[in-house]
Amino acid sequence: MSYLPYALAGWLFMIGLYGIVTSRHLVHLVVCLSVMQSSTYVFFLAVGYREGASAPIFKDYPLGKPAVDPVVQALTLTDIVVSVTVTALLLALVIEIWKRAGTVDPDELRQKQR
Amino acid sequence: MTALQAMTIALVALGGLAVVLAYDPLRQAIVLGIYGVLLVILFVVFQAPDVALSELVAGSVAFPLILLATLAKLHGRREDE
Amino acid sequence: MSRRVRIRGFLVSALVLAALLGWGFAGLPDFGHFAGEYAQLLNRVATGERHATNVVTSIVFDYRGVDTMGEEFILFAAVITVGMLLRETRDEGRRAPRDEVRSDAIRLFGVSMVGATVLLGLWIVAHGTITPGGGFQGGVVCASGLALVYAAGSYRAYRAAGPYEFLELGESTGAGGYVAIGLAGLAAGSALLANVLPLGTAGELNSAGTITMLNAGVGLEVSAALVLLFHEFLEEVEHR
Repeated sequence: MSYLPYALAGWLFMIGLYGIVTSRHLVHLVVCLSVMQSSTYVFFLAVGYREGASAPIFKDYPLGKPAVDPVVQALTLTDIVVSVTVTALLLALVIEIWKRAGTVDPDELRQKQR
Repeated sequence: MTALQAMTIALVALGGLAVVLAYDPLRQAIVLGIYGVLLVILFVVFQAPDVALSELVAGSVAFPLILLATLAKLHGRREDE
Repeated sequence: MSRRVRIRGFLVSALVLAALLGWGFAGLPDFGHFAGEYAQLLNRVATGERHATNVVTSIVFDYRGVDTMGEEFILFAAVITVGMLLRETRDEGRRAPRDEVRSDAIRLFGVSMVGATVLLGLWIVAHGTITPGGGFQGGVVCASGLALVYAAGSYRAYRAAGPYEFLELGESTGAGGYVAIGLAGLAAGSALLANVLPLGTAGELNSAGTITMLNAGVGLEVSAALVLLFHEFLEEVEHR
């Protein structure tokens, strides 16, 4: 039972990878990639969690009481916002592919390459 | 591990599966919005309010807007013909 | 390699990958009993040292400020690349003049919410060191306020509200300002600490009290970068 969050991270990673491999539309592929990224966020937060602890904001919470790991939260929150722009870059590439090749189906693109 | 955490984990797992199995991109964009909200709940339950706020704004506003603009561009020509 | 062969090959290697992942996860400590020292140390000393009650923000902009600089430049580079890619092949197709929202209720609601959204974004940025929030989250909220002008109004109003030069200036100021504050911290000694308590002491890139300024710089850069991204994609939509 205590490995459930890690199992969730592994499950999201594998299911995202499956979606990428069996995708028929490049935009569907990009969204599955973002599901894989969310698996890493879940994993980070699961690693940093402490039983019975609260958030690491000490405004009304007395200093010295247990709090969860703030370092992984710092890494994750910048990553979420930056991944939006990187995914936008991928979508811009998809638009360019569509302009040049007329299709966004990966299998048809492979045919056209031959 | 509380019951709330276990239930949220189960919901997120189902949500991820639903996002991948929605092969039509427009449907997938909507399911992705729901998945983003489920992730926000998961992050709050894991005591990470900063991360939850980040995911809320990025997954509800920024990402769907760019995604829908891309889909409008890709399927636009078909409408005009 | 046909599609079926590819999927079969993937399923085999996915089983191997899943086994490896499971083996790796089994070696981790139990959920909820992580024994990392760095995190516990920071939880104890960060508020006393940096006078910021939001430990996560003080880590993002102070203890791990260099990582944030790298992330900021990833964002900067990605937005420039999107602009370069999409502007190259822009002039094609005719302009589709279907950009007016006709419902009065939507327009009224949208117009009244734009100011509130931008104000909320600025509040979130400013209070990053006290409550959950900060430059990244507040920047996205400010950008979404401008996107609301497009969604509840017209494309022309949206273009008028955010001209290119102003946005590019804002984004560059945010990114360059972050580096400039870091260099000033290198060159000089202490800096005043805003919000909570008195002066902090010097460091290299880590002067105390620069957390708020770095916060503002990042907020400016993220909001300008996202509005630029929305620009590029919406231009594509309007030019199809």
